[in-house]
Order: sequence, then C-alpha cells, then structure tokens
Amino acid sequence: MGEMDQMKKEAEGLKSQIEAARKAAADTTLADAASGVAPAPRVQLKTRKTLKGHLAKIYAMHWATDCRLDHAMLMVSASQDGKLIIWDAFSGNKINAVPLKSSWVMTCAYAPSGNLVASGGLDNMCTVYNLKTPVVKTVKELDAHTGYLSCARFLSDTEILTASGDTTCALWDIETGKQKTVFLNHVGDCMCLALSPDMNMFISGACDSLAKLWDIRDGTCKQTFQGHTSDINAISFFPSGNAVVTGSDDCTCKMYDLRSDQEVISYQDAQLNSGVTSLALSVSGRLIFAGYDDFNCNIWDSLKGEKVGVLSGHDNRVSCTGVPQDGMCVCTGSWDSFLKIWN
Amino acid sequence: MAQATQDQGVMGTSDQDEDSPNMIVYRKIEDIITRIQDETEGVPIRTVKSFLTKIPSVVTGSDIVQWLMKNLSIDDPAEAIHIGSLIAAHGYIFPISDHALTLKDDGTFYRFQAPYFWPSNCWEPENTDYAIYLCKRTMQNKTRLELADYEAENLARLQRAFARKWEFIFMQAEAQVKIDRKKDKTERKILDSQERAFWDVHRPVPGCVNTTEMDIRKCRRMKNPQRVKKSVYGLADDTQSQSPVHTASQHTRKDTKEDVEKEILFLNTQLDRHCMKMSKVAESLMGYTEQYLDYDPFLSVPEPSNPWISDDCTFWELEVSKEPSQQRVRKWGFSLDEALKDPVGRDLFLKFLESEFSSENLRFWLAVQDLKRRPLQEVPARAQEIWQEFLAEGAPSSINLDSHSYERTSQNLKDPGRYSFEDAQDHIYKLMKSDSYTRFLRSNAYQDLLLARKKPETEQGRRTSLEKFTRSVGKSLTGKRLTGLMQSS
Repeated sequence: MGEMDQMKKEAEGLKSQIEAARKAAADTTLADAASGVAPAPRVQLKTRKTLKGHLAKIYAMHWATDCRLDHAMLMVSASQDGKLIIWDAFSGNKINAVPLKSSWVMTCAYAPSGNLVASGGLDNMCTVYNLKTPVVKTVKELDAHTGYLSCARFLSDTEILTASGDTTCALWDIETGKQKTVFLNHVGDCMCLALSPDMNMFISGACDSLAKLWDIRDGTCKQTFQGHTSDINAISFFPSGNAVVTGSDDCTCKMYDLRSDQEVISYQDAQLNSGVTSLALSVSGRLIFAGYDDFNCNIWDSLKGEKVGVLSGHDNRVSCTGVPQDGMCVCTGSWDSFLKIWN
Repeated sequence: MAQATQDQGVMGTSDQDEDSPNMIVYRKIEDIITRIQDETEGVPIRTVKSFLTKIPSVVTGSDIVQWLMKNLSIDDPAEAIHIGSLIAAHGYIFPISDHALTLKDDGTFYRFQAPYFWPSNCWEPENTDYAIYLCKRTMQNKTRLELADYEAENLARLQRAFARKWEFIFMQAEAQVKIDRKKDKTERKILDSQERAFWDVHRPVPGCVNTTEMDIRKCRRMKNPQRVKKSVYGLADDTQSQSPVHTASQHTRKDTKEDVEKEILFLNTQLDRHCMKMSKVAESLMGYTEQYLDYDPFLSVPEPSNPWISDDCTFWELEVSKEPSQQRVRKWGFSLDEALKDPVGRDLFLKFLESEFSSENLRFWLAVQDLKRRPLQEVPARAQEIWQEFLAEGAPSSINLDSHSYERTSQNLKDPGRYSFEDAQDHIYKLMKSDSYTRFLRSNAYQDLLLARKKPETEQGRRTSLEKFTRSVGKSLTGKRLTGLMQSS
C-alpha cells in the first residue's frame, strides 16, 4: 500500500498548491470591488399572472427560448398530477396538456426550436414529445440511466443533456435514443444542470455539494467548485458565460468564477431562511431570483451580495424559477400547484 | 462532502441523521430556540391565570416577534413573522389553542416544543402511532382533549384500516393513558399540548402545509430501508409503510489506484490553469452588468412598455418586425456573439461580407452550426458537402485554415460526425472576430442603422430627415409640376 499512500500524499500536496494559488489570486472580494457600483434599485415586484391548472405539486418549469416567432410567451410546467402543461403565459391559456406515463416527474424542458418538450423523473427515463403533430406524440423514451432523472436540457432538436440520481450526466442523440457521451465524476446524485451561452460547455450540481464544469465535446470534467456544505439543487450560468451561480440545501447561493477557479461571493441571510430549491438570473446578471423551501423567492444583487427584494405569495415551497430570454419577467412555480409571473 | 465509503453501520449515527436535507435549517432554528428560551436573554415564559385554571409555560406571539426583531437584527416585523412562522411550521413553537402552526403578532399564547419531539430527531411516525394517539384521547374525559372533526374522521379511517389489530392498538392506548395519569397535572397539560403539536406537524390539519414532506429526489435519504423506524410510544415496528423510495444503487466503492492517478492528472491540469485575479474578475462581472443594464427590464424600463405590465404587445411586435430598434442594433456591437445571435444582425453582417466578397468564413461557420443540429443520418453527407464547398482543393468558397486545423479536420472527415469541424470552426470564429467583425462595426451599413434611428425631436434626426427630403425633392423636381409636388408634401 506504500505506493497508494505516496500517490495520495501527492494528491494532497497538489490540492494545497491549488489552494495557495487561489488565495494569491484573491486580491479583493467582489463585494468590496463592487462597493462603488450604484446599488440596484429596491425591487418591488407584483404578481402579474397566476397560472392555475395543475392539481398537485409543481416540480419544474421552463420557458421556451424562441419567443420571437410567437407573440405569446410559451412555457412548459411539470406537476406530480402526472401532466406537462404548455402555457401561453401571457394569456394564461393552456396550449397543451401532455399526460405522463409516470406521475413522479421531476423535470421538464423546452427545445430551442419550440418543436419538442421533454420530461423525466422517478421512471429513470427522459421522454421527448413532439408538440407540432396534431396530437402531441412521444418521439423517444431515453432509457439508460439507473437513477431518477433530475434535469434535462435540449441542445437542439437532435441532442439533449440529462442529469441523474445515478450520479452521471449524459448527452443523448434523440433520433437513435442512445447516450453519446456519459459524464462521470460526481459521487452524489446529480440534481441540476445548465448550458453555457455558447453551448459548448455545461455545469452540473450534485448532492456531493460540488458543482462541475464539463466540456460537451470531449466529455471531460474541466473544473470542480467546492464551498457548499450540502446538496446543490439549482445551478445557472452568469449570462457572460464566465461565472456560475449555485443554490443549495445549506441555505446559501454562491457565485463561482471560471477564470479564477473559486468562489467569488456567497448570498445568505444573516437570520434564517431555508434551503434553496431553484434560481434564475436577470438578463444583465445583476439580479438573482432564488426560490426557497420557506415559500418565498428572494432577489439578490449579484455584485453586492445584498437582498434587494422578496417575492411572497406562494402557500408552499417554491420549487422552480425561470426568467424568459427577453428578461421581461420572472416565473415561480410552487408545491401549492400554482405558477406566478412577476415583474 | 463525498459520501463515506464505510458501510452504514449502526442506526442513528450522527452521520445518517445529518443527511436530512433540512438538518442545516433545523440546527439554525435550534440555535434560535435555545437563545429565545434563555432565562436572562430570552422571552418571558410564564404561567398565566385564566378563569379557574392556570396556563403554564406560555409566551405571547408579540413577545416572540419583538425578541426576534431585537436579537436577529430585523427591522421589518413582517420578516420577523415570516421567520417565526417558519419556526412554528416545523413545530418548534406552537399556539396552545390552535392546530394551525403560524405565528401571530398579538396576545395569542405559544409554547415551546420538547426536544424529544424536535424534527431533527428524524421522526417518521407510523399510522399505528397516530391511531394510538387519537384512541387515547378519546379515553380521557377532558374537553381540551376532544377530537376536532378532521381528527375524528382520521380515527374512523384508521379503525377501518387497522380493523384486525385494533385490539392491540386499544391496549397500547390504555397503557399510554395509565402512564400519563401518573404525571403531575401541570406537567401533563404541557406534555399533552406538545404531543398534539407534534402530530400537527406530522398529520397536519387539512389545508395546512405538511412541512415534513420531502422532495422525492431526497427520499433516498431513507438510505437504509431495513432501519427500524422509531415509534413515538416505544413500540417495536412490525409494519413498513410503502412510499415511493428510490433505492439507491451502491455508489460507494473503494478508491482504486486508477482513481488516484486520474485525480492527480486532474489536479495538475487545475494547477497549470492560470488563476485570474479577483479584481479582474470583479471588473469583468461589473462591466458586463453595466453594459447590459439597458437591456434588463428589471433595471431599465423597456420601450415602448413591458407587455406584462401594460398588456400591450407592441414591444414583441417590434422585435419580430424586420426593422430593428436602435437599442437592438447597438447590442450587435457588444460582441460577435450578439451579432450572430440575432437573425437580423446576422443577415446584415452576411450582406456586408458579401459586398466585400469575403462571406465564405461566415457561411462556413453557419453551415457548421446547422450541421450540429441535423439528424444523424444526414450528417455524413452534409459534412462532405461542407468539405467540398469550403475546404477541398479548388473549393468554390475556400476558407483560410492553418495547416494544423486543416490536417485535423481532414482526419475527422474519414469518420464524419457532428463535431468534425469544431477545430476549424473555432479558428474561423477567431478570424472573424478580429478582422471582419470590427470592419463590419465601422461599415456604413451598420453605422447608418445605428444612428438613423434617433428620435425625430432631436436636432440631428431632423437634419437627417431634412437632408433626405431635400435630396428626394431635388431628384423629382425634374419632370414634375411644382404644385403637384407641394400637394404631395
């Protein structure tokens, strides 16, 4: 075992060197550097729409990206009542209600083209549906994960990324239904993933309290970010693609910068809040909307680390949050079965 | 925190308990609860005389709110109520005369929960326990123990469900009543209320949120399905309730030599990576938010209006129209990415390059983007087409690649796939960024659009419109009657 011990020692040595390099780069903190920036205005948002229709807990929602084709603001939501609902959030109309084979759904996604949606959950599968056929049809059932499907995101109509409770993420070819690349490195259930703006990378958050950056093309883990002390439930890229924001059961959100390879700022209440379930950023990246177990959504100034507003109105925990591509509003979905649009 | 590689071991080890997703919140609440009950620094907990009875060990809601505001540095009472309600919803404090676990900022009396019943003890009480509880309440002749409607309904349901073992449950209930009778009267009042609050958490009043509900993804926490669930009344557990649990596959494996080698490789790459200074990072993040401030509807009012607020879709209609707003045109100047992201910007850039007879780079880039979205069966043919058009000997739209990328790409084409042109595309992107894009931003086509959209009220706007008018008048003066022209203007 002598060789193993030596190698482990080498690994430890490298880790301390990395820590030292990070400390050396930390010549200031983001909050300090941003002290000269004008404060974000105190944000007081009102509920503009309440979307009623689900009969049980809402677990996920996702805005359609190409909203320019329709004037409507389309989004998809998934609930444990066993349905995916496609909404025109502006009029409040339900465009489609897709019945799910398994009601234990945990995630849903809208393809950038607007043609497809996907869902997945305790059935360990990611099911892809075509919205453009006269009746919504199942296109493919992507079945290879050995754990629940916690998150899915389309790259295009032909490729989709998934995160699973089996600790892996995977890139699938929808046509063949096969996994093209499997991303292995996490040691805990993967809970969430987010695509980089240029679609060449993605980040994942897991129950091992780590966030990892992956290269989609070569399938390798490029960077690992630590700092959280519990499951990471939510993750998103800063719009420039250079930083990553995470939300965790440890009641904090954190921002990590890819180029300085470390935590840049932490968003937490001095008093008490609860676990973070979801998060979304405004178009400029200045505001972070974070959904919590305590039924509220807090709004953080990403640069200064201060809370600048609260969205109160749900009667149960906020399970999902999303800002549409044009940034005009924020949507929160809750276990109280309602979705609310705020601005 | 990587998962332990050791086996699970004894039930109730702190490791297992710490794994509950709410544990961090529970510990925070318990800190507050300990402080708030402190003899000197806490709230005044007293016995209140009421009619012929005494109400032991209570504190008013407003006392709690006041304490929270003072000791947690909260300015807004609404925030204190929110935090207090969170603490109540988890059952750490409860109103003595109500099943609904919320905090009110008034004279309502509250009591503190006994540590035995704290949620951090990972209670998952079975229906047998609940049945015993409801049963024993019916045995004691006290008005304060009378069952509420929903509790009576629950009891009836449980009697049907446990018809076969009801004798057993009845006996257990009797035994509990005996034990309770032995206690001191005041103590019993307190314990009865705490027990009721415990059940309010685990079997809430219809309409109240059940805070013990867990995200089904976290149900894996019930890691050890063989673990005996604790009974509130000390029963040996002989029933297992079925809930949809994800049976976790064994993630734990011992670190092999290969694993450590991989780790060392990874760490070396990390070390080699240049760590940007925080001040530079901050500059970049602040710069970005500053640049996009005007495009963030939460920070600047969109023009003409935010459709969600005004109910007016003009903003979206303008976005879809072929005429981009000045603000939109300005965004194309932020980065090549922004210009390419917007179909109108992309078209303008392409037209500009065509006018310079240098559009092959952008057309190549677009073709590769399209290739990545094609169905798999179309990919090989399309890849060949792209090679023929842009890279082959004597290609009609020959692009300029360095020899290294050219070699790599030609190798990739032996087994063509969606990512065969990645290297080439990266190279071409960098070329466009440093060369054609900057020229595009300086071009008349772009500048005209950028400046021509000023509001008519401004001086420059009027001058431009006037210039345009004069020019067009000049052109049409030939062969037109003056009066006709006057009328048409």
